[in-house]
Amino acid sequence: MQQATEYEPVFTGGQREKLDRIIERYPNKQAALLPALWMVQYARGWISQDAMTEVADVLDLTAAYVEGVVTFYTMFHEHPVGRHFVQICTTSPCNVCGAEDVVAAFLKHTGCGELGATSPDGKFTVIETECLGACGFATPVLIDDDFIESVTPEKVAGLLEKYR
Amino acid sequence: MGYPHQPHPRETPVLSKYFGDAGAKTYEGWVQRGGYKALEKALSMDRQKIIEEVKESGLRGRGGAGFPAGLKWSFMPKEKARPHYLCCNADESEPGTFKDREIMRWTPHAMIEGCAITAHAIQAEITYIYIRGEFTEPIAIVEQALAEAYDNGVLGANAMGTGNRIDMYIHRGAGAYICGEETALMSSIEGRRGNPRIKPPFPAARGLFGMPTTINNVETLAAVPHIINEGASWYKSFCLSNPKSTGTKLLSVCGQVRKPGNYEVVMGFPLKDLLYDLCGGMREGRTLKACIPGGSSVPILNREESEACLLDYEGCVESGTMLGSGGVIVFDDSADMVYQIMRLAHFYAHESCAQCTQCREGTAWMTRILRRMLAGDGEMKDLDLLLDLSEHMTGRTICPLCDSCAAPVVSGVNKFRDEFEAYIGRSKSAAVMAV
Repeated sequence: MQQATEYEPVFTGGQREKLDRIIERYPNKQAALLPALWMVQYARGWISQDAMTEVADVLDLTAAYVEGVVTFYTMFHEHPVGRHFVQICTTSPCNVCGAEDVVAAFLKHTGCGELGATSPDGKFTVIETECLGACGFATPVLIDDDFIESVTPEKVAGLLEKYR
Repeated sequence: MGYPHQPHPRETPVLSKYFGDAGAKTYEGWVQRGGYKALEKALSMDRQKIIEEVKESGLRGRGGAGFPAGLKWSFMPKEKARPHYLCCNADESEPGTFKDREIMRWTPHAMIEGCAITAHAIQAEITYIYIRGEFTEPIAIVEQALAEAYDNGVLGANAMGTGNRIDMYIHRGAGAYICGEETALMSSIEGRRGNPRIKPPFPAARGLFGMPTTINNVETLAAVPHIINEGASWYKSFCLSNPKSTGTKLLSVCGQVRKPGNYEVVMGFPLKDLLYDLCGGMREGRTLKACIPGGSSVPILNREESEACLLDYEGCVESGTMLGSGGVIVFDDSADMVYQIMRLAHFYAHESCAQCTQCREGTAWMTRILRRMLAGDGEMKDLDLLLDLSEHMTGRTICPLCDSCAAPVVSGVNKFRDEFEAYIGRSKSAAVMAV
């Protein structure tokens, strides 16, 4: 069957060379799976079935095996998300410091409405995440790769300006 | 120091001495502060002597289990017939714990130096530093520090010009608490789902890629250069209570307390003084209700127990809990313990790898019961059910995640039963009975 759109491989040219250098760090190719998946996610924003097949081919694995690994780790996206991905810690230490109010503020100011949903303008997806490991700086929020400490509901609108 | 606060005179800053000092992050800055002298010394020492020194120091695993570090190293084969590996566990994910993050952010070379000394002692040519995926800033800092260490000949095929190969790579996690469990971490490096493995075989016999492996926590490894520089007896002299617990410990204090942060104190320091003196006590008008001293996986203490607890491995056990990772979670009298315990149960249910039935089902079941109680559909018999369930969740699975879920639930139900009963008393079924 003809595919609607042609899948464009991630691991060509410089990206392929970069992965090859990573593979050298390990005694086998399989161990480079997490690094390879990270590369895909940075390049495409998420990890599609086609991308899983490509990774499997490059590392001599099967697509089903790769999918099994992708689904285990919460940071890998199996579906497209908003341009900016917002993760807010709501585990107990942050929870008692008001983390759920921070979540509500992000849902309101991004227009996402509900957890896991992407805002109508496609700019944001907001999720609650389990312990981000910065409990003394409640509430920590991870926006893409920006780790932001001590977020309060009042700071949310201003914080988001940078990402609009 | 009590980062991000000014150091407190009762702290003993060994690992945290340069927290907040941006100059310590670079190779140059680290060398100016006495860095890499210990590695130089260790590379000229007999391997066995290094292991003996660390054994003698009493250093125990700071990741949670408290296993003697030198003894762990001594389990590695003396004759190297196959590759040996060292794993540095920087998957810090235990709720309440944020000390390794600070070590990596401010003193990445302390961790690298500790790794290099340990790698030399156990004859590992390759060290993998497993950093949790969410730690974007520590990853960037450690990456930079590793590049500098390579550029300056500290690491590589000819480490510090000694002809020893010491290579070190970061392996980034991707969101899974369970990967902090040592065998799950190895599965994750191998490109697998982060499932823990049955022990034995222990990692020293069959670890990463089936080869002899040692795995230590960041804080444990960062303490090693100090022991090599100053000697075992110096390290051992840091002890306020039980001689089996030596050295300093970083305590990550968080939750409802005036000055949360990382505080470094000598083993055996009273929890009461940590909370009321170093951390400035409770917030205005609030009193202490409960405290979890060792990360969320250990039993909760009530106020009286907290105020009597000594912070070392034995002291915490005497108080009915564990020192764990040293993540001190504080709850004041405004905290809803039922809700917070549900959040903890939810955490474990979310993070279960789902291999073992007791864990996969038990953690989810506990969470459902607690949610039902909070929604006003609880019954008295639910409390017995929670306690009964927990018995079937303790000591029956491949790894301790399941036990870790039971610990706060059991201690919570036993110590804050009135709060659970109050929810049940307001429940719909109770209302029907009253009519």
